[in-house]
Amino acid sequence: MGNFKNGDHLFRLAGVYIAGTLLFLVIRAFVVPHSFGQYGHYRGAAISEIADHPLHFAGHATCESCHSDVAQTKAAGKHATVNCEACHGPQGKHAEDPASVDPGKPDTAVLCVRCHAQSAARPKDFPQVNADEHSGGAPCGTCHQPHSPVIAAGGTQ
Amino acid sequence: MNITRRQLLILLPAAAIAWESVLAGTPEQAPNYDKSQHWWSMLIDVPKCIGCGNCVRACQAENDVPEGFFRTWVERYHVTDGNLANPEVISPDGGKEGFPVAKEDEGKYFFVPKLCNHCADSPCTQVCPVGATFVTPDGVVLVDQKYCLGCAYCVQACPYGCRYIHPEKKVADKCTLCYHRITKGLTTACCEACPTGARQLADLKNPKDPIHAFLKTHSVQVLKPQMATGAKVYYNALDGSVR
Repeated sequence: MGNFKNGDHLFRLAGVYIAGTLLFLVIRAFVVPHSFGQYGHYRGAAISEIADHPLHFAGHATCESCHSDVAQTKAAGKHATVNCEACHGPQGKHAEDPASVDPGKPDTAVLCVRCHAQSAARPKDFPQVNADEHSGGAPCGTCHQPHSPVIAAGGTQ
Repeated sequence: MNITRRQLLILLPAAAIAWESVLAGTPEQAPNYDKSQHWWSMLIDVPKCIGCGNCVRACQAENDVPEGFFRTWVERYHVTDGNLANPEVISPDGGKEGFPVAKEDEGKYFFVPKLCNHCADSPCTQVCPVGATFVTPDGVVLVDQKYCLGCAYCVQACPYGCRYIHPEKKVADKCTLCYHRITKGLTTACCEACPTGARQLADLKNPKDPIHAFLKTHSVQVLKPQMATGAKVYYNALDGSVR
């Protein structure tokens, strides 16, 4: 076994190797987030962080829990499938604090033509008007009730 | 207690690992929401889209999308005899304020709303070098903005042009399919604001979801099926000229 007189070198080398591996494991434990690999090759906690983003649109179910009268009018009319916030915009703040946050009222002169302005590009069966010819520039709300837009015989207003 | 320098050096790494796991705690779980019970997708009924831009405005309001960038947008196609293969496509400001009035003209017009296709085998997640973008267990492609380096590989990899680098955060940003809403039982902001029901959120793992009946009775296509991305945004009555 005289050939192994320098065996000490090998032990020291092994020691350095083990120490290096330990150091790597320690650094990795600090650097790699705890939830990395929970679901796959990514940080699992990122999912719940994104799920916690704040809401801006309250959702029509929330609106209808207070405004059931409007919901009824709307359900009986042509705008039954149009959700509240499609016209009124995001109302999350109003839903959280109805007393102090005023949702405002959309301007029918701007709002209605977004969908109903006459254009050859729109589907043919979708109701469209040339606003200037139809009302001479008067806001749609002058005659139409947006929650139930069809004017009954003789007019509603 | 007497500890030699050698013993201390041996103890330090072990203590460090223990302390790290104390700091990290256990990952949070959203209450009452089981990721394994959903597989999200969206249905877009092209003939129902009227090009009002409600979805684009709703998305920007809900997700604080920076001005000039879009997580969803609407394109208007105008196909005539002369340009069957290469139709005129416009999307002024993403269709956010609607479209210019089209006079009676030859050919056909239609609107195509676009958004992230939340691909099951997405090229964007495959190219990310740091694991900052991924498909969640419920089928939504998300970006971990704390992990993203902003290298923009994913922006180049997306065949649908659905990603951008956020101008202030300098990291990749994209449609989250309103993950913060759908995990709470709400629909996405774009679907909430769509007046005609042209966009509908769908859960492919829910056997009661109306999408199953719809897929069986309609001609439904995804965008760029030849890319084999496993796109999950389904378009009803999609014209062959749509790219």
